[in-house]
Amino acid sequence: MLLLERRPVDSSLMRWASPLLALVLTVITGFILFLAMGKDPVEGLRFFFITPISDLMGLAELGLKMAPLLLCAAGLTVCYRAKIWNIGAEGHFLMGALGASIVAVQLVDVDSVWVLPVVLVAGTLAGMAWAALAAGLKTHLNCNEILTTIMLNYIALNLLLYTVHGPLKDPYGFGFPQSVMFGDSALLPDLIPGTRLHLGLAFGLLAAVAVWVMFARSFIGFQLNVVGQDHRAAAFAGFGARRLTWFAFLVGGATAGLAGASEVTGPIGQLVPQVSPGYGYTAIIVVFLGRMHALGIVVASALLALTFIGGEILQIAMNMPKAVTGLFQGLLLFYLLTCDAFIHYRIRLKRPAHPSTHSTATGEA
Amino acid sequence: MELLTNVLAATVVAGTPLLLVALGELICERSGVLNLGQEGMMLMGAVAGFVATLTSGSLIVGVAAAIVAGIGMSMLFAFMAVTLAANQYAAGLALTIFGTGLSAFLGAGFVGQSIDGFTRVAIPLLSDIPVLGRVLFDQDPLVYLSLIAFAGVAFFLRHTRGGLLLRAAGEDPDAANANGLKVLVVRYLAVAFGGGMAGLAGAYLSLAYTPLWTENMTAGRGWIALALVVFASWRPERVLLGAYLFGAASILHLVLQGLGWKSSTELLAMLPYVVTILMLVLLSWNPARTRLNTPLSLGQPYRPGH
Repeated sequence: MLLLERRPVDSSLMRWASPLLALVLTVITGFILFLAMGKDPVEGLRFFFITPISDLMGLAELGLKMAPLLLCAAGLTVCYRAKIWNIGAEGHFLMGALGASIVAVQLVDVDSVWVLPVVLVAGTLAGMAWAALAAGLKTHLNCNEILTTIMLNYIALNLLLYTVHGPLKDPYGFGFPQSVMFGDSALLPDLIPGTRLHLGLAFGLLAAVAVWVMFARSFIGFQLNVVGQDHRAAAFAGFGARRLTWFAFLVGGATAGLAGASEVTGPIGQLVPQVSPGYGYTAIIVVFLGRMHALGIVVASALLALTFIGGEILQIAMNMPKAVTGLFQGLLLFYLLTCDAFIHYRIRLKRPAHPSTHSTATGEA
Repeated sequence: MELLTNVLAATVVAGTPLLLVALGELICERSGVLNLGQEGMMLMGAVAGFVATLTSGSLIVGVAAAIVAGIGMSMLFAFMAVTLAANQYAAGLALTIFGTGLSAFLGAGFVGQSIDGFTRVAIPLLSDIPVLGRVLFDQDPLVYLSLIAFAGVAFFLRHTRGGLLLRAAGEDPDAANANGLKVLVVRYLAVAFGGGMAGLAGAYLSLAYTPLWTENMTAGRGWIALALVVFASWRPERVLLGAYLFGAASILHLVLQGLGWKSSTELLAMLPYVVTILMLVLLSWNPARTRLNTPLSLGQPYRPGH
């Protein structure tokens, strides 16, 4: 009989092998799925994983999708390290997009280098304000942050829909629920001319570096780690749990808010209802897959960005439903958590107890 | 009176999916397992129920398929959270993300198709009672099923040996194990019940509430149900009350519009979520009280002999 046995020490090899193993299992499942649907699996996997990144244009698109994921994931890493289960990156992101758009629409005719920074700061602050709601609900009213952040996500989405259908609706937009196009001075500069890749990716990479510095070098990073690993030890050491909770939430809100602001001032250039294909939720997978580590989340955000583009390509090239993206992401997280169990546990073959006692007895005799 | 009756009847209909999924989660949490994957299981139930009904032409087959889909999803969760003792938060989130993706994938070809959903079946005599008759006894069969499920769960928890064992597994798994109870088996069964009920709740949405399938059609109801269980302090009677309260909040915008209230649909659509947060605030501000009611081992993986 197979037995799950606790390892004396957690396996650090398994800690980093688990994401790779999960990816392999996901690809195998994908292979079977293509076969089951009567499609060529090799062709399908090539469209999903290789085609999107086979030229500069594709790589730029990858960076474009990476930017919001990485920004959101950087903030969530800070939260999850402290075991604060903030599921609200989607809401922070939407509020960031909304806040930035409200300011950008007011400044549409202003031509100044200050417009873009002001718009980005507005988005960041809006994200922080939304996160502050959840932080206050947790620290002062004792509400479970998973439930409040999820609810705040839905409220943020409805607020955004209200705004594009109402106050921010472009009067000359042929009735479409969208804002006016922002002025040129409110748009993020491109990183690579001729592609859509914009400065947002640089923000994301900077955020990842900041996360690395925070947890490798700073006292507050240390405090967050301690709170996450042992709440009581943190209390004995006098680390203020409330203060740290607020800090983690505000960082999470700021990065996701900036991500939202970068999305509307980057590739879109106006506020539209479908500003996020679920970046805030996918960022949760990025954090787990990236082992809550700065370098890890950079790699993981690239992989998850690929699933968005791969899904679009499969839809066009092989007439598959676009939902294949969500399916792939869900599978990946599932396999990851399963493989993660083997960080703490190992499988052992349990031999029948009787013969072994017998042999020991003979040995002694 | 006519308006009131209709509003109350609509409240019961809107509250029924919440009641179904929350009853399942109540049992699950009472065994010590917190399954955040309700939304994913509901969506799978909704899509399985719809597709099965469309292809077989039978609503019964649809309901059965939804329950099976819900249980199937919950077993994935149980394998991770109970057998592998994984973090229940992460495993539940994974279930929701996976269920959302898988249901959208499986249902992609069925968007825009329609079926003949459940219709109202008046119960003779009882439905003639003024107001109450229309509200409770002139509804579709799944509403009756939800009320039977409520009575069953309430009775099971309070008056049966099985209910006692379930609560023991959730309050003190070590002591329960020492008394010879197979805690993991109890937890598997509780998770499976939760999955079946979530599947059924999903089927209610796609077979009765709005007989069609759209991506993400649960619109956060699985999450609201999780809040509902907290709100109910893990007691079935309060789950029933809460479900109808939230049901009322989710149809309030229709009522207000019917009364000539001018407001944006999007703003009113926020109401159930705002009400959920307010309820959480009301119920959680006193930490001592929350601790008193929460199943003691909720969210903690159990490994016998460790």
